[in-house]
Amino acid sequence: MTSRVELRPATRPRLLRRPRETAFAIFWYVFLSCAAVIVMMPYIWMLSTSLKGTEEIFTYPPTWIPQKWHFHNYVDAWNSAPFGRYFFNSLFVAVIVTVGQLITCSLAAYAFARMEFKGKNVAFALFLSTTMISAQVTLIPSYLLLKELDWLDTYMALTVPFLASAFGIFMLRQAFMTIPKDLEDAAKIDGCGRLRFLVQVILPLSKPMLASQALFAFMGNWNSYLWPLIVTTSKHLRTLQIGLHYFVGQEGGTQWGVFMAATVFVSVPVVLFYFLIQKSFVEGIALTGIRG
Amino acid sequence: MSRGESPSQLDASASGSTGRKPKRNWWRRWGEETFTAYLFLLPSFLVFAAFTFFPVIFSLVICFYRWNLPRQPVYIGLDNFKWLFTDPIDAPVFRQSVFNSFYYSLGGIPLNMAIALLLALFLNRQLRGVELFRTAYFLPTITSTVAVSVVWMWIYHPADYGLLNSLLLKLGLSLQSWLRDPHLAMPALIAMGVWKGMGYNVIIFLAGLQNIPSRLYEAAEIDGAGAWTKFWKITWPLLGPTTFYILVIAVINSLKAFAQMHVMTQGGPLGRTTTIVYYLYQQGFETFRMGKASAVAAVLFALLLVLTFIQFKVVGSRVHYD
Repeated sequence: MTSRVELRPATRPRLLRRPRETAFAIFWYVFLSCAAVIVMMPYIWMLSTSLKGTEEIFTYPPTWIPQKWHFHNYVDAWNSAPFGRYFFNSLFVAVIVTVGQLITCSLAAYAFARMEFKGKNVAFALFLSTTMISAQVTLIPSYLLLKELDWLDTYMALTVPFLASAFGIFMLRQAFMTIPKDLEDAAKIDGCGRLRFLVQVILPLSKPMLASQALFAFMGNWNSYLWPLIVTTSKHLRTLQIGLHYFVGQEGGTQWGVFMAATVFVSVPVVLFYFLIQKSFVEGIALTGIRG
Repeated sequence: MSRGESPSQLDASASGSTGRKPKRNWWRRWGEETFTAYLFLLPSFLVFAAFTFFPVIFSLVICFYRWNLPRQPVYIGLDNFKWLFTDPIDAPVFRQSVFNSFYYSLGGIPLNMAIALLLALFLNRQLRGVELFRTAYFLPTITSTVAVSVVWMWIYHPADYGLLNSLLLKLGLSLQSWLRDPHLAMPALIAMGVWKGMGYNVIIFLAGLQNIPSRLYEAAEIDGAGAWTKFWKITWPLLGPTTFYILVIAVINSLKAFAQMHVMTQGGPLGRTTTIVYYLYQQGFETFRMGKASAVAAVLFALLLVLTFIQFKVVGSRVHYD
């Protein structure tokens, strides 16, 4: 099976028997808690401001807990820009890219992991070389290409360039290679075609890797900024990130309560999603990080 | 199912089906496999061809043209590069952007890695609630840069009700204008970058730490080594590959940073936060000079390649791979 990195400490559990060890444990907790409070501070500040009225926002010294809770900031934020549309765009684009990437990557990874063909090493090196080229370097020619195709300011521009991933191919290939060869021979003899074998046997057996690959694709796309910024101009094609930027930029920077409310509902879905799947996400990062 | 069973089953089904199958020519089978394999590679290849290989080659061409949209391109040879490096007005701006990029990278990475390693060392213990802390440290990494930038703009607000300034006032220090101060804008972005990027490195360090066999520490303990000795003689050398990996990724990622500059400072004040990527964006998508922007991209590409190479040479040679 896929080897997964366990993020549990390798040291054997020990009971806190001696006072010295108890003191150590208290020290660990205090240190880690302080660090956690510092890390969480901007989130708390964001939530706190999002619930404050205008006067309270502009008073010194600032308060951490709002004296009067203004839930109306959320309604105001939602109504002052087409955030519903932005949500739809982000979700739509991220889902298309994630599903598309899983399909193209599975096919290519299967060829690299399971088949013998002329030019395999060259093709693999060529595919891997794309990880050396960052999007910033190819920004201008890609933009000009989309312009020539008349794809600027369409969903095509937001999705098609991301429908392949060398990193995904590499990781899925690693997972596919762990599946015993006997299984495939047996299936072949039973008359099972390659595509059917891939879909019915290999993919179900590689679920953990597919899941972490899907997560990376989804998160990366959901949070992307530079690309949607340059290839879309009309308001109805803005993703959440672009929408939030224009929302905060346009207002002249005074309505911080409303801005923070908008920031909360832009960031909360991802945070909730992360809490739901954090174990596999973190393990995926550890695994790909070490191998990549 | 026991291990002995499967080969015999396989043999049975194999002998059963040989009669039905026509005898295959080895070459024919090989040709079919090659064909199918390339068919499987095709979707990915098409995307790579259109949006990676073609752009790379095309950008090498655009560098040599004056291409100010919406006008037609004009061949001008090396003028774009001459302009980047020798133009009395624009060359200093470009040099500043290269400086700013390295300032951003080198200013943040050592701090980021030091904090991440420290937190990872603390998290590498069997204590209740460790996973909760890990989750907390990782949260900034998954939050979008735009959302985080908006929150930090508010934290860095120049008035006395700005969070950071109110803390300064409490400590008896004077107000700062942070993102509007030419000397403080970049450090402010770096501080946010450290906060945002650290969680990812904590996870990678943690995985690296857990790959170190515990018997090494046990042996060292028997020999009477203290925590300090154990860290420098076991942890640090064996963590080499991990540290190296984090360093490579961190340099490359920080050179590519864009969203925080675009949202928080727009490259200002006085161009102090205009990094190479931001300069590229300005040339390409504010003034639509595709040729000049491509020349900037070529320099960025060369920098990234050289950096990766140097890191492999210098850092790679000192890393213990076993």
